[in-house]
Amino acid sequence: MTSIIKKTASEQLELLRSGAITSVELTQAHLDRIAEVDGIVHAFLHVNATGALATAAEVDRKRAAGETLPALAGLPIAVKDNLTTIDEPTTAGSKILEGWVPPYDATVVSKLRAEMMPILGKTNLDEFAMGSTTQFSAYGPTANPWSTDRIPGGSGGGSAAAVGAFMAPLAIGSDTGGSIRYPAAMTGTVGTKPTYGAVSRYGLIALGSSLDQIGPVARNVADAALLHDVIAGHDERDSTSLPEDLGSMVEAAKNTSLAGVKIGVIKELSGEGFQAGIQSRFNESIELLKAAGAEIVEVSCPSFQYAIAAYYLILPAEASSNLAKFDSVRFGMRVTPEGNPTIERVMAATREAGFGPEVKRRIILGTYALSSGYYDDYYGSAQKVRTLIQRDFDAAFAKVDVLVSPTAPTTAFKLGEKIEDPLAMYLNDIATIPANLAGIPGLSLPNGLADEDQLPSSIQLLANARAEKKLYEVGSVLEKAHENVWGKRMIDFAPEVKAGA
Amino acid sequence: MSEITPDVVRHLAGLARIDVTDAEVDRFTEQLGLIVDSAATLKAAVAGDVPATSHPIPMKNVYREDVVLPSLSQEAALSGSADSESGRFRVAAILDEE
Repeated sequence: MTSIIKKTASEQLELLRSGAITSVELTQAHLDRIAEVDGIVHAFLHVNATGALATAAEVDRKRAAGETLPALAGLPIAVKDNLTTIDEPTTAGSKILEGWVPPYDATVVSKLRAEMMPILGKTNLDEFAMGSTTQFSAYGPTANPWSTDRIPGGSGGGSAAAVGAFMAPLAIGSDTGGSIRYPAAMTGTVGTKPTYGAVSRYGLIALGSSLDQIGPVARNVADAALLHDVIAGHDERDSTSLPEDLGSMVEAAKNTSLAGVKIGVIKELSGEGFQAGIQSRFNESIELLKAAGAEIVEVSCPSFQYAIAAYYLILPAEASSNLAKFDSVRFGMRVTPEGNPTIERVMAATREAGFGPEVKRRIILGTYALSSGYYDDYYGSAQKVRTLIQRDFDAAFAKVDVLVSPTAPTTAFKLGEKIEDPLAMYLNDIATIPANLAGIPGLSLPNGLADEDQLPSSIQLLANARAEKKLYEVGSVLEKAHENVWGKRMIDFAPEVKAGA
Repeated sequence: MSEITPDVVRHLAGLARIDVTDAEVDRFTEQLGLIVDSAATLKAAVAGDVPATSHPIPMKNVYREDVVLPSLSQEAALSGSADSESGRFRVAAILDEE
């Protein structure tokens, strides 16, 4: 069964459709893999073997009866634990929601159920998706499958590690400042943040409402496209949901030529601060894009230098407001202090006990940014920077189809590093945050191993709002060029998962 | 220098309804001070006449048909609460006795 789980999602689907394997066999193979390695990796907060196998058996029964099935029926999937699931705990990585079982499904979860994809379980994340390493999960960190004493990235380290360690062929992530793309970069996997509004966020536990977006996590571009097409589309239960159809990513991923495509290299996201081994792999990929027919130009985005500072005012401000709902009343933890406390005392004691350090830090920072007297200087200025960053992108996309940069400035660092230094930690997202501020789509693609540490490096593709098809058109061509050079897929470089390695 | 002092952190934590320990106050004072100092560059960056962006892809007047759709039962809506009574959320006293 090991060979089955290492196949791509597309290959697994082919085996299901041809009857070579059943969905129960495929789902059990992934559950076996979870039992084998998740004690080391800790990608899952909750595994739902019974539910997954029941869906799989239903698919097998329908297939045997010759019934028409949805395109991805029978293919297992993992879901980040900040999407609500009926009858399965949803914690968002926080103690304050420990044991909560939501009474409704997120729209994306409903779509997975309608597609008859067995949901293997819920994956680990930094608490409420605040973080870039998964170390701020209240339930302990996730390990990077490539080197288990290193971070898998975050906040969606669980989804990326589950896919990277063959515990699931596909997973769902969410990306507020890079939480899909940065973990993809750390784990040698593919992750896409769609255009703001392209995927419904109904049932996603909100972090930054003007930034959050759900997207696919996979081991290659074609697999990401399969999942992207299932979850995208308008939803009247999300008022920010785009009404228009953005096309088929599966079709876009079939592209084989970059003739006539203009690609811009973002000047500000290179050089100083970027690890040498990442930069040299990046430069090689630029040559591969050129060889595939693309025209390469350098593009300057001068306002990106303010992106992190702006993000860390806007995001905490929105988070402090969104997380006000965790007040001990309607769901989650309640801590009642001694004596005869008022509800305000109960709230404060509950939030002290239920929230971890990064969440408290950001709520307090957001409260400050929104305080009267400081609002204009901080939050107001940050919103203006957001306009400047949009203008940079507008000017760039007037000249090019796709922008590229490394996804992350460094390869995966050791668990425990930077944990008491928020400013150093925030730099991890330097290349991913601008896309969230502007609402545009981005895809992170594995880009070979960095020479100095033999860990995954990654390239980020960005396109204009609503133009995610271009990401798949360019990404699939670059991925094939890489595989021709390497003679194998990126994930084939990954060592066997071992404890403490 | 930052205007983030231990008293400011305590006040903000109070507004956000989070009890904080003295150790947390010390740590947050230092960390928030650094973050706020780094944010001070923003004001200079937008010195000119720049409009604010609150939403990346603006939309206006998003409506749906005014019809009743299925929604959570009262039982389901109460299912996650720590305490409920007679179909309502039950909470501690709203007002102090004083």
